[in-house]
Amino acid sequence: MANHTSQRLDHARLFSRSAWISIGLCTLIAILLPVLNLSFPEGSSLHVSSYAVSLVGKFMCYALAALALDLVWGYTGILSLGHGVFFALGAYAHGMYLMRAIGHDGVYQSNLPDFMVFLDWKSYPWYWSMTDHFWYCMALVILVPGVLAFVFGYFAFRSRIKGVYFSIITQALTYAFMLLFFRNDTGFGGNNGFTDFKRILGYSVTAPATKAVLYLITLCMLVSVLLLCRTIVKSKLGRVLQAVRDSESRLMFIGYNPLWFKLFVWTLSAVICGIAGALYVPQVGIINPSEMSPGNSIEMVIWAAVGGRGTLVGPILGAFAVNGLKSWFTAAFPELWLFALGLLFILVTLFMQTGMVGVMQTLKRKLRSAGTSDEEAA
Amino acid sequence: MLLVGCFCLHSVAAMAAIEASVLAPLAGDDADARIDTIGKIAALATPEAQAVLQAIKDDALYATPNGTLVIVKDEQAYNPVSGKTGAIPEGADGIIVNNRLRGAVEASLSGFSLFSPDASLRMKAALELQDSIDPALLELVHKAFQKEKNSDIKAVLQQLISTVNLQSTNPLVRQTAVLSLADSTNAKLTPILQHMLEKNTDGSYIETNQSVRLAVISTLKAIQGRQWRTELLGNLFYGVSLGSVLLLAALGLAITFGLMGIINMAHGELLMIGAYTTYVCQRVFITYFPGAVDAYLIAALPAAFIVTATVGIALERTVIRWLYGRPLETLLATWGISLMLMQLVRTLFGAQNVEVANPSWMSGGVTVLGSLVLSYNRIFIIIFAMLVVFAVWLILNKTRLGLFVRAVTQNRRMAGCIGVSTGRIDMMTFGLGSGIAGLGGVALSQLGNVGPDLGQGYIVDSFMVVVLGGVGQLLGTVIAAFGLGEVNKFLEPFAGAVMAKILILAFIIIFIQRRPQGLFAQKGRSVE
Repeated sequence: MANHTSQRLDHARLFSRSAWISIGLCTLIAILLPVLNLSFPEGSSLHVSSYAVSLVGKFMCYALAALALDLVWGYTGILSLGHGVFFALGAYAHGMYLMRAIGHDGVYQSNLPDFMVFLDWKSYPWYWSMTDHFWYCMALVILVPGVLAFVFGYFAFRSRIKGVYFSIITQALTYAFMLLFFRNDTGFGGNNGFTDFKRILGYSVTAPATKAVLYLITLCMLVSVLLLCRTIVKSKLGRVLQAVRDSESRLMFIGYNPLWFKLFVWTLSAVICGIAGALYVPQVGIINPSEMSPGNSIEMVIWAAVGGRGTLVGPILGAFAVNGLKSWFTAAFPELWLFALGLLFILVTLFMQTGMVGVMQTLKRKLRSAGTSDEEAA
Repeated sequence: MLLVGCFCLHSVAAMAAIEASVLAPLAGDDADARIDTIGKIAALATPEAQAVLQAIKDDALYATPNGTLVIVKDEQAYNPVSGKTGAIPEGADGIIVNNRLRGAVEASLSGFSLFSPDASLRMKAALELQDSIDPALLELVHKAFQKEKNSDIKAVLQQLISTVNLQSTNPLVRQTAVLSLADSTNAKLTPILQHMLEKNTDGSYIETNQSVRLAVISTLKAIQGRQWRTELLGNLFYGVSLGSVLLLAALGLAITFGLMGIINMAHGELLMIGAYTTYVCQRVFITYFPGAVDAYLIAALPAAFIVTATVGIALERTVIRWLYGRPLETLLATWGISLMLMQLVRTLFGAQNVEVANPSWMSGGVTVLGSLVLSYNRIFIIIFAMLVVFAVWLILNKTRLGLFVRAVTQNRRMAGCIGVSTGRIDMMTFGLGSGIAGLGGVALSQLGNVGPDLGQGYIVDSFMVVVLGGVGQLLGTVIAAFGLGEVNKFLEPFAGAVMAKILILAFIIIFIQRRPQGLFAQKGRSVE
């Protein structure tokens, strides 16, 4: 676990100049995609397909979740196998608004969502009240995962549950929520979840322009969360978090109480994950309880692991790489994907603990030393 | 069915015929009269009558334009009134059988099964009649009751008669009927009896006679008391049964996770492989030893143990041993293994569930308290779970291997210093834990579906059992498994199956917060 990377106390700069340039370039390319999609007609060589844009939009939501996970796992050493529950709760909170926004355009043309008509419910249950207000639902997106994480984390961290125990009970948490949301009586659409969204704030969800805006908001959120996380891990707070990761008992003996540090980063991570889910749902158009299955949460962990945990940029790359691979595999060799994913889990943990970013850094170092030795030889 | 019909046709030829006036309405159009006729025919309770009913059911009863009814069989017409067989009369056509008539015929025919030479068929027919007794069949049941030798069936028939007698006009008959129903286990009786105690809109009781009402109250009390006891015993039994399943699923994990500290997320898949080994054994026996198919389960036990232990040892040697001391990485790597194993099984056996049948000596069950059936497969699995626990205890506490395992768990370096080959012991321990998972898989294959996802359903539960029981504690695991099984089964009636599960998960999450070391904490002084 010990991952002592020598870091200079350099508060002034978040990233090195080359890192800033690459982040800027990536953002620029990401902005260009929907612009190219909208401004060039289909068939033009500069046209980017809507499928590609929505895929990248989806990946950015995943990247946001991976970033949230990296904050707790990579920097604080808390491995959550239940971040899917925060992701899904954020998505459901936003989904409630989207369901209300369908209005009378459902299959049954009722005031209620189709699944409630199907269950023969006459009115909305209490927890659906006010969900027709967009901003109230946006508050829920932050509050529901946040409060759940805070309460759960408070009790878990106070009893000093850590390591694999914590991982296992987070898995139980998401499993329990999955079972709960699979029930029709819970009032969230049972195993079909929410789908068939029509409009958001009056704009059609399926319109290309709306999709582009959602895409840009996601991009904006991803970049700002990256900067926020970077600020946190570079601050003194971030150093305490890394101390929790490397040796929690030593930190306690020095006189820190790790509880509030862990609780802060855990809750923040859950909130980021909830926001990722909320951005995910209008772009993908469906949310159902299978998002909370333990397997999904573990897949999030592998995004962070592949990219390189404890690097922030790594999990973003990892989310894109693994999901890109998944899209390709499930189209080309669907029956081989689980073999590939399983192998990825094993290879990354056995041979690539620092992930893609770590491998790149090692390569860069080797190239540099090779370069200097060449100069010396000359 | 056809054979029975055939047999009847020939044997009844010489017997007393049915009167033409009874049969006549069948040829007509009056629906109610036809239904009445079915009752009348059934009340005759003769094989002849059965033949007619069977013929209606098989669409073999023909009517001529002048109203003569014949049973047509193999191009021959048999006249049940005259008892003569001849050519099919001119213009004869099948009578119209609608669903209502067919239902009545089928109910009556099941009444005739009361005369079957096979006692189990008679019992089945009697129990079927319990669900919907038609007063028209009273005569038939009476006859069967007089003929019946088997006391169990006699008791059921007696209750049938009493149920019909509840509608008698004579209060004394009603009272005797009510009292004799006190031993009944038929759940449908309770609403009927309760209805007798209710009042009409004008305030008078539906049941006019007070002594009958008193009898109803005492009978209801007896029935409800017994239902409560049955339910309690049933919950206890199913709780123990669920507990033994959880125990078998978690026991291997109690060794690999509890003793070695390895988070093996592929544990569920080891259970699944054990279940599939059972399936393969069954196929092998069906193909090569069809005479001894029932013995496949015996062969499956060592086979499953060896297969899963081998898989476990292979995993330990290739992947897990490089990750000792890095539990979180172990967790991820073994999750990857589980995905691959699942996909492998899907590729080999298909994504659908495969069928594993119980051997004949495990099907069926014992009936206690009248209506509660304790199935043999569940009883066997409870016993099997106890045997496995005992075997594990023996291995860990009474063998040299167990001594080494305990030594390595307690102080790896010291054990290594005095010459224990710690690497080999790790391998053996992991193999043992995996092999026990395989045995658990054999048991699971006898209870539920065997499919590639079998293990996924158990992985969270197994970890909960081990964590709740306290890591490294065999006794804790046993108590946690049975405790969870019981709590689950007792919650289910109030909360429903899914909600019970959610409540239990919530309970465990809260419990772990209070006692992070589980029910039975290991004493130690380490900080972590």
